[in-house]
Amino acid sequence: MSNEALQLSPSDMLHADTNQYLTFMLNGEEYGVEILRVQGIQGWDTVTPIPSSPRYVLGVMNLRGAIVPIIDLRKRFDMDSIEFGPTTVIIVVRVESTDKGRTIGMVVDAVSEVYRVDEQTVQAMPDFGGSVRADFIKGLSTVDDKMLILLDIDKLLTIKEVAAVAAA
Amino acid sequence: MSLDLDMAEIHAIFFEESAEGVDVMESGLLNLTPETTDIETINNIFRAAHSMKGGAATFGFLDISGFTHGVETILDQMRSSQRDATEEVIEVLLASVDCIRDMLNAAQQQSEADKANIDSVQRRIDALLNNETAAVKAPVDVKKVTQSSSGALKAWKIHYAPDGNIFKTGNEPKRLLRELASMGEISVISTLSKDADFESMDPESCYTCWDIELRGEVEKDAILEVFEWVSNQSEVRIEALEVMAEHIVVPISESASVSETKVAAPKQLATQSAPKDSGSIRVSIDKIDMLLNLVGELVITQSMLARFGDRDTGGNDTQGLRDGLLVLERHTRELQESAMQIRMLPIGASFSRFKRLVRDMSTKLGKKVELQLSGENTELDKTVLEKMSDPLVHLVRNSLDHGIEMPADRIAAGKPETGILHLSAYHEGGNIVIKVSDDGAGLNQKKILEKAIERGIVAPGEVLSDDQINNLIFQPGFSTADKVSDLSGRGVGMDVVRRNIMDLGGRVDLQSTLGKGSTLKIRLPLTLAILDGQLVRVGDQVYIFSLLSIVETVLVSKGQISKVVGTGNVYRLREDYIPVIRLREAFDMASESLFSESEEKKGELLVVVESDGKKMGLFVDELLEQQQVVIKSLEENYLPVKGLAGATILGDGNVALIIDVPGLVHSMDMRQLEKTPQSSAA
Repeated sequence: MSNEALQLSPSDMLHADTNQYLTFMLNGEEYGVEILRVQGIQGWDTVTPIPSSPRYVLGVMNLRGAIVPIIDLRKRFDMDSIEFGPTTVIIVVRVESTDKGRTIGMVVDAVSEVYRVDEQTVQAMPDFGGSVRADFIKGLSTVDDKMLILLDIDKLLTIKEVAAVAAA
Repeated sequence: MSLDLDMAEIHAIFFEESAEGVDVMESGLLNLTPETTDIETINNIFRAAHSMKGGAATFGFLDISGFTHGVETILDQMRSSQRDATEEVIEVLLASVDCIRDMLNAAQQQSEADKANIDSVQRRIDALLNNETAAVKAPVDVKKVTQSSSGALKAWKIHYAPDGNIFKTGNEPKRLLRELASMGEISVISTLSKDADFESMDPESCYTCWDIELRGEVEKDAILEVFEWVSNQSEVRIEALEVMAEHIVVPISESASVSETKVAAPKQLATQSAPKDSGSIRVSIDKIDMLLNLVGELVITQSMLARFGDRDTGGNDTQGLRDGLLVLERHTRELQESAMQIRMLPIGASFSRFKRLVRDMSTKLGKKVELQLSGENTELDKTVLEKMSDPLVHLVRNSLDHGIEMPADRIAAGKPETGILHLSAYHEGGNIVIKVSDDGAGLNQKKILEKAIERGIVAPGEVLSDDQINNLIFQPGFSTADKVSDLSGRGVGMDVVRRNIMDLGGRVDLQSTLGKGSTLKIRLPLTLAILDGQLVRVGDQVYIFSLLSIVETVLVSKGQISKVVGTGNVYRLREDYIPVIRLREAFDMASESLFSESEEKKGELLVVVESDGKKMGLFVDELLEQQQVVIKSLEENYLPVKGLAGATILGDGNVALIIDVPGLVHSMDMRQLEKTPQSSAA
């Protein structure tokens, strides 16, 4: 496991089983997304709400000419909402679903670090017996003795769920 | 045959030009009648056929060139008045045009052409050329050639000495040789011409001449024809080496031999990678010049504006800056319009296809129909034009099949024997209107209503307006034709037609009078990407209506809204009761907005919109400005949302949602049908 997360040599990049993760804070917990999926980070701006959409979809935003949906990760994880502050940012990621790829933005409390994570050390999420939603979680990892929750972002905007709301 | 990229490109151009040539031939032929043989028309057709043949031979599509050759021969006889343009000849030529089109398509997509059909048309051509009605002889000859044994085998000695400048005119001696090779067995000896001098040789000139011995069932005329394009700048001598005795089957052997030598061609083609249709478009130089002009002006405006940014020279000249911005705005708009123009094509090409359809169908149905066209120069977006072509075919067929009556019925109804089908296109407001009208029987509303009740589309006893009844034919699975013909009447279609038109952001209206005829009016937006929008405020959000869907805006006080069955709201707009909804409720917007007090005051703003001839009212909080907006897709990164046609980005960078009026009206309609149909009884 590499501890010098931000000092990367080209040979590191080629290392087979490690991936870089961008981490961000949400409700005091640290989450990570694969950095190759991240298209950009930008400050909070006004969004245009979309009717008939799930409550965690805040609306759409103009991202360099594209209309991009913005989801509130706190609402997505059923956490308490907080007032957006100066560190609140939108992480723009590319998600792949069965039909096509989409660009979405997720609102998080703050961005944190970039870590290199050895995929073999990633542990599966412990079973909470259904009391905790684990379907967006790819696994847990440890970096600098901190726990990192790795997200499976492809599941964040689940079409079935959204379609169900739209049809209601 | 190896095919590099450039060749594929040239092929694409050839296919494009040939497709045009085929269209020219077809429309020319359709203008040709036995009574009126206009020599210019025949010349036009001939030229189209001739250049297509040349092109096809150049690119090695020998089946096409061979086939076209026979057609060309007939046309040549016609233009030299050796043959009359009889009904039969025109028919055969039209059939050949279809074959050529088929072969071109097959060659382009590297698929198989309808061989059986081509052969049968080929036989008809041969029969014509032989002045025989039965097509017995042709196949026999074809066989003869394949064995290339007996028959009118001839040998020719050809001396071909091109002018030194031959390459500069774009002619390629190799092509000529290849064409000769396709006619029979050849042996070629190339020699340097007399005046070749190595010291002063120009690499771009041709110093070679060829002596060719050609053995085959070939006539001198055919050989001369090969050299036709280059004859004025070359020395061509043709001598017969050994002349065989008989030569009865003159032109037919030519065409047959050429068409038979192509056997290997499709195989060669199959090895090429299939060229993708990149969807090219031909744009007139004028349009491009205009665009360049505007870009030039824009650059000037930019430099003019840049001056104001420079504090030393004009930093305080706000008036000048304002003027500059005004100019910039005008140029931007013009630039946008002229960029749109590039995608615009006249509808005429699409209209003229109907001449053929009408001709074929009326013959088949035994009806007499005259097709009138107007507004062929009206221009439409290429995508719209392409997507409209199927619905238009459907509508024309419908008119011919169901609309226009049999001649006897027409006379009995006191109408002229020949029915009139009128296709027109024109601009109206920001729309393109395409009208398909006929003076036929019109819609039988009683019959439609009966059918609708029988199919359960309409509840018995329901009161429908004439318009509503007419529009029933757009319901899925609806057809009033008593018997289903192979042309139309299966009831699939009108709903698809409407769907297609609606997908394009257009709408279709039907007017019909029993016994007088019907008119279908299709309105389409000028372009798909840009919309004239009316911005409205609902709560703290800005929404956009297409300006074209708005009929009017009225100020409504609370008492003017009546409730129907407890839930639905209706408003009486002059004679009609129209359903009204609050956008804020429809879009689940919490009434946390600050503007609820306005409802109690002077009244509310009701935007009356129309789609498919149905009106509905939408309450908004405020009318904002009108502006053109660029439509962006919501689906691209999200999902289609009910009631929304897309989104756009406003001048301040924020996103505004565009309201899908047809969708809302339609969903309103569905809701009303589900409930008790009493909207008109309130």
